[in-house]
Amino acid sequence: MKLFKLRGGVHPEGRKASSADVTIRSLPLPPQLYVPLQQHVGAPAKPVVRVGEQVLAGQLIGAGQGNISAPVHAPTSGRVVAIGDHPSPHPSGLSAATVTIAPDGEARWFESDVPADPFALAPDDIAARVGAAGIVGLGGATFPSAVKLKLSRKSGVDTLIINGGECEPYLTCDDRIMRERAVEIVTGIRLIQLAVGAQRALVGIEDNKPEALAAMRAAAAGTDVQIRAVPAMYPMGWDKQMIQVLLGREVPAEGRSADIGVLVHNVATAWAVQQTLCLGRPLVSRIVTVSGGAVAAPCNLEVPIGTPVQALFDACGGFNTTPARLVLGGPMMGHQLTHTSVPVVKGSSGVLALTQAEIGLTRPAPCIRCATCVRACPVGLLPLEMAARIRSDDLDAAVTLGLKDCIGCGSCSYVCPSSIPLVHYFNYAKSELMAQARSKLKQEATKKLADERGARMERIAREREEAAAARKAAKAAKDAAAKAASTTEVAA
Amino acid sequence: MTPIAHSPHAHAANSVSRIMATVMLALVPATLFGFWLYGWPAVYLWAVSLLAAIVGEAAMLKFQQRAVKPALLDGSGVLTAWLLALSLPPWAPWWIAVVGSLFAVIVGKQVFGGLGQNVFNPAMAARVMLLISFPLEMTTWIPPMAQLPGMLDSLAVTFGGQQLDAISSASLLGHVKTEFSRGLDLQQALSGHYAPLQALWGQRSGSLGETSALLILLGGVFLIARSIISWHAPVAMLAGVALPALLMSLIAPDHYAGPLVHLLSGGVMLGAFFIATDPVTSPNTAAGQLVFGLGCGLLTYVIRTWGAYPEGVAFAVMLMNAATPIIDRYVKPRIYGRTRKGETLVVEPAKKDVA
Repeated sequence: MKLFKLRGGVHPEGRKASSADVTIRSLPLPPQLYVPLQQHVGAPAKPVVRVGEQVLAGQLIGAGQGNISAPVHAPTSGRVVAIGDHPSPHPSGLSAATVTIAPDGEARWFESDVPADPFALAPDDIAARVGAAGIVGLGGATFPSAVKLKLSRKSGVDTLIINGGECEPYLTCDDRIMRERAVEIVTGIRLIQLAVGAQRALVGIEDNKPEALAAMRAAAAGTDVQIRAVPAMYPMGWDKQMIQVLLGREVPAEGRSADIGVLVHNVATAWAVQQTLCLGRPLVSRIVTVSGGAVAAPCNLEVPIGTPVQALFDACGGFNTTPARLVLGGPMMGHQLTHTSVPVVKGSSGVLALTQAEIGLTRPAPCIRCATCVRACPVGLLPLEMAARIRSDDLDAAVTLGLKDCIGCGSCSYVCPSSIPLVHYFNYAKSELMAQARSKLKQEATKKLADERGARMERIAREREEAAAARKAAKAAKDAAAKAASTTEVAA
Repeated sequence: MTPIAHSPHAHAANSVSRIMATVMLALVPATLFGFWLYGWPAVYLWAVSLLAAIVGEAAMLKFQQRAVKPALLDGSGVLTAWLLALSLPPWAPWWIAVVGSLFAVIVGKQVFGGLGQNVFNPAMAARVMLLISFPLEMTTWIPPMAQLPGMLDSLAVTFGGQQLDAISSASLLGHVKTEFSRGLDLQQALSGHYAPLQALWGQRSGSLGETSALLILLGGVFLIARSIISWHAPVAMLAGVALPALLMSLIAPDHYAGPLVHLLSGGVMLGAFFIATDPVTSPNTAAGQLVFGLGCGLLTYVIRTWGAYPEGVAFAVMLMNAATPIIDRYVKPRIYGRTRKGETLVVEPAKKDVA
């Protein structure tokens, strides 16, 4: 099978070995689970339980609201002890609406109807069940999967691509799930294929995961699902990169993969789809890689959503040295954790405790225009030029250079010999532009309101004047009439 | 509280000083060959160049109240002085090296704002300045000799202002130009002065480190293999010299030297692999580097053939340095999902078919 040419990309040190060969373990239930109501792209879920209420595992606790949203479910049975703010796994460390559950340790499951033959379900029914199970993109994007299924069916996709790239260093959760649960994943893939009506399903797996490739090939034998080895490079897991290498098709700027007839899902998402349709289990747990040089025993854990990050590190033997930085997600695109009381959410693929040597950054030096970043950029941008414009506060020029096409993959920052935090510049500029757009909208709204108020006041004043004039005229007329009457009287 | 660090939380083992050190390593063979060929005066000249650059740059940074240590440790000043030294006549007096190095790091680099800010290649700017200001010292070459002066006697050559007239010789390009002015044709001018193999290995009169095409090529290939430079600018520059040379020598073989003579003489090889690849002053896309290299090569040939100076690499590189911002403005990579003009790609319906 022919693979297509890719642009840019980098080859960071994998550092996957320490966790890749350890079987997934289940994490014991922590004393409390903190389940945020927003774990997905779109509107936050609305709580449907009350404090003090007993819930069962898999029971709905937050209902999705609006077109793009996802529900959340209780990860285990227990009692709702609080609904309110709790620190969220967000770089700001801000709090977010969270349902806190004290597990009773019995893990009693909520009764749900399990279809006798999921392959007999209608496509719309599959999408509805996936939506009701709260399944979101588990590769990290956390876009509600059901929305993607419906959109893809509507626009008609011919190819389903399952992303087993896992190009981020350290992370092995997708690698492990493919090695250990390949049969379930393939079933999930076939169900997704059925839901969108795609003619073929391809699974792209980086060639640095030979065991996962073998397991998936064995599981896919006798089905239509085709397994493809793709070169190991970063960002292979970027959906558009995966489409390019497998199909040679390019998604138009500002477009979606459905525009070119492709739907991309992550392998773990396919597993979650199988769990829902075959076992009736909503998405209440996920595989998380716990790794990094400061972790005593790196491994993959199956973690109930809402488990505090500290419990994961504890389960891996704690730290063998003081970590220089804690990261949620992969080292290339993940963000720093300021503390370990934040919960694991649906999009958490890994928690890393890194040493200073692993981070490897030094103080930024001047740009020598070596253009290593230009060669590394998978999008075809000029990172050095954009950063120079942003430094001089010329955001419009940065946009002209393609700032809005930047995917923030970090390849440029990773290779920069001067250690210039290029992605930091781009993300700053992107949020600055958003803030400017918001403030412009606000100004326009204010101006409109002020104009309307001016017009209203003018109208009121005018009406008052007119009323006064009318009264005056009426009075004058009355007076004149009275005068006329008296004159007449006198005359009479 | 520690500030929030932004992703990525990993970094390639790469730094500016490592790049500079690798380039210096690539220069070692050609430099050692120059030392062997021209003796101790060449060693002294090289050392004086480097020392002057370090002192000059440190003073300049101090004067600007900027941190001295990180700027010196990045190695860019030393590399500039090294490249300048390689382009000087090997027995030039010490003050040529000092004036050149100071000009390179101060006027060529620090005045523009330091590393990464200069428009022109500092070493070439210094070479051009020296060539215009001190034409005699800059065109006094010595032939390779069996009997080189000793370590102490050499001090008199570099620091004592000993006259070199008795042993001075012309570089090939200068010689050809002089012979043309005397009305001789190319065959007569070249006879006894040019042997391709000698030129390849480098046993001839010329600049300190420019004579051995083979060793410079070796260094260049090493840099390409280590991904420090890309092949685009060097190959384009060599082609830019070789193609017009081939064309003109076919049209009038009596008057125009062939491509091999041009490629193997003067500063073309050093220029192609070590000067045209200077990241700061060359375009930042592969296509831009092709344009840049081709321009360097063509201009070199034009200046050598029809200009007043026998050698044109430094002038050509500086002219193309000036053109770099324009090249970068017009030669950009295509952005994913867009056409070259920046418009959104149009999906072709045919592409939707399952292949």
